[in-house]
Amino acid sequence: MTDATNSGAQAPKTSLIAHDARTKKRNSAEKRFRAYGVTAIGIGLFFLTVLFYSILKSGLPAFTTTVLSVEFTMTQEQYDEAEGTMLKTAKYQGFFNDGLAAQLAETGVEVEYDAKTIERIAGKTGNLIRAHYQENPNTIGSPVTFDLPTSSRVNRYINGEFTKDEVEDSRFLEAADLDLVDVMLASGTIRTVFDWNFITGKDSGVDNPGGAGIGASVIGSFFMMLVVLVLSLPIGVAASIYLEEFAPKNRWTDLIEVNISNLAAVPSIVFGILGLAVFIQFMHLPQSAPLVGGLVLTLMTLPTIIISTRASLKAVPPSIRDAALGIGASKMQAVFHHVLPLAMPGILTGTIIGLAQALGETAPLLLIGMVGFVAREYPEGFIQGFVEPNSAMPAQIYTWASRADAGFYEKAWGGIIVLLAFLLTMNIIAIILRRRFERRW
Amino acid sequence: MSFIKLTASTLAIAAVSATAAAARDNVQVAGSSTVLPYASIVAEAFGANTDFPTPVVESGGSSAGLKRFCEGVGENTIDVANASRAIREKEIVACAENGVTDIIEVRIGYDGIVFASQIDGPAFDAFTPSDIFNALAPKVMVDGELVDNPYTQWSEFNADLPAADILAFIPGTKHGTREVFEEKVIAAGCEATGAMEAMIAGGMSEDDAEDACLEVRTDGRSVDIDGDYTETLASIDANTNAIGVFGLAFYENNTDKLKVATMSGVVPSTESIATGEYPVSRPLFFYVKAAHIGVIPGLKEYAQFFVADELAGPDGPLAAYGLVSDPELAATQAAVEAEATMN
Repeated sequence: MTDATNSGAQAPKTSLIAHDARTKKRNSAEKRFRAYGVTAIGIGLFFLTVLFYSILKSGLPAFTTTVLSVEFTMTQEQYDEAEGTMLKTAKYQGFFNDGLAAQLAETGVEVEYDAKTIERIAGKTGNLIRAHYQENPNTIGSPVTFDLPTSSRVNRYINGEFTKDEVEDSRFLEAADLDLVDVMLASGTIRTVFDWNFITGKDSGVDNPGGAGIGASVIGSFFMMLVVLVLSLPIGVAASIYLEEFAPKNRWTDLIEVNISNLAAVPSIVFGILGLAVFIQFMHLPQSAPLVGGLVLTLMTLPTIIISTRASLKAVPPSIRDAALGIGASKMQAVFHHVLPLAMPGILTGTIIGLAQALGETAPLLLIGMVGFVAREYPEGFIQGFVEPNSAMPAQIYTWASRADAGFYEKAWGGIIVLLAFLLTMNIIAIILRRRFERRW
Repeated sequence: MSFIKLTASTLAIAAVSATAAAARDNVQVAGSSTVLPYASIVAEAFGANTDFPTPVVESGGSSAGLKRFCEGVGENTIDVANASRAIREKEIVACAENGVTDIIEVRIGYDGIVFASQIDGPAFDAFTPSDIFNALAPKVMVDGELVDNPYTQWSEFNADLPAADILAFIPGTKHGTREVFEEKVIAAGCEATGAMEAMIAGGMSEDDAEDACLEVRTDGRSVDIDGDYTETLASIDANTNAIGVFGLAFYENNTDKLKVATMSGVVPSTESIATGEYPVSRPLFFYVKAAHIGVIPGLKEYAQFFVADELAGPDGPLAAYGLVSDPELAATQAAVEAEATMN
């Protein structure tokens, strides 16, 4: 380590160039410290890489899906028959499976299969077919090509998550079924396509992993974040401006300050219990609504915003205030015209940290009814977006991760990617805004 | 100030939403995480097949669901509580105190509770309730004496079981599954091994002995899982020798990772549970607030839809997922049709 010193020239006794023992010791201490720093960053980067790798590896399959292309004609009688039954979607699913069987019989497949095989290969398609004919009644009687999802197990097989030999025959899938899948793959009846439904869709029942999408809960998160932003930013900034610039320093303000700092450290589940008691049971706001979720998360975010806003107000040099007051500005003018704009970048940073924390929070949502089968419909309008039951992204991911079918596990990882993308978008907006407000002196 | 504008508009939104909230048009369900999968299948199908909006189904456990159910009558309370056990007398009283007097009990079918181990682990194919009791109780019978549980391996008390360290992941106390596990396995084992008799002979009252029977050892060989079955599955994945308690439907969806244990020589399956051969099963219920029928659109239709042959029958999607369908479904359908309340 010490040979790095430039001792090329022969050193006189008290040289400025050659180092004595103490200097060497100090220099090597510095080098060691730098090495520690680099190692720490290296470890951090390593874990980040591992994290991203595992998220992408497990999550990317959620963005593609395998579909069966089947062309068949729905006759008016078939349509009337299906609409006359109670479980209409099961009827439509039957028609689709029959259509697939007919198509297979036409092309002549050498693999043995029966109606049960087709049932096991096809996913839950009835909902989609019924929705198609509800929207396009004029296509009844003419051939329509449907690209509809396969069952989740076939999807996982095609993604390479297990091989034919590993399949234990069950009523969900038999090893022999995969022979037919291979044939259909080769003939192009089964294809892998980008799954738009995963990004735009709604949550689905536990027997239908192929139909699950995160779209509705993205909307839920969006409305929640809107509530959090609209409430916590003005309240937080107003509170900190008052405390920092106007409030007298006495026992009361000290008490308030201590309490704000303590609130920042309160576990989020506590806010959930509070939200249930105050917003739902006392104020009678609707259950499972993003409005209530947003209110709860606002309580959680406020201390973070107040603390960071106060710190950035404090960081504005006193000379700015003095100059403003010196040329006759009132205290309020000095604060709003000079101090606040300079503190804005710091305030935005604090806000985005608070919002990011709120975006990833699941625990309080558990108590106000946003976890379960909740993100099952899109809100009908803007106002309804706040009050109609909906979930949020982390709650949706949590729900998927706890479902029995392994197809949902993949969806959960895919959901994490969407959550990270949402977070990244929020951060980029904050950075752009911060750049715009930034002023150097 | 823009702050004032923002705050004012927020208040306006809140005010509008409060009025919008006055008319809830979707059915709100909460309760057992065991019933949740079935309820979500029904809810999705209900939304896709009728003109009513898709019901909201929350989880949280049977007790938590029934507690919310009993909070009162009105649009900001839930309409349906799912439960993996029957409602308790105490809960009916609590309900009545809050004005929830007319409750319709609907039994949707049966669920088996299975013991399963890692697919690569040792095979447990000779379980009886006594074995589970011997493995997990704090005090067991050894040579006619009630002593602190000395066992560390399964083979020590049943030569047919593998010589593997005892480690069991059982549902935590907030789960309805725990109650069935205690009643059908632990209590049965307690009686079968004679431990209960020994406790009574040792001076305990019958009630105390029954309670003492249900205790599990606390030396780390029995682990309570408060989360759901995925958590149990993860624990089993990490421990080759461990056994875990699962619902039949969950096991059937994960046969590639789990190996099921037999109980008293019977392999759990929908058939062996329906015939009553497999001993550890329980009925699943949901409870409907009769006062909400006619107020919340689609509530009665949802209940009828749930128990219809097309859904809960032996060929329906619920059975396909793992529910053991109820042979007396027709009676349930009639009761829902007539809105027959309890008592």
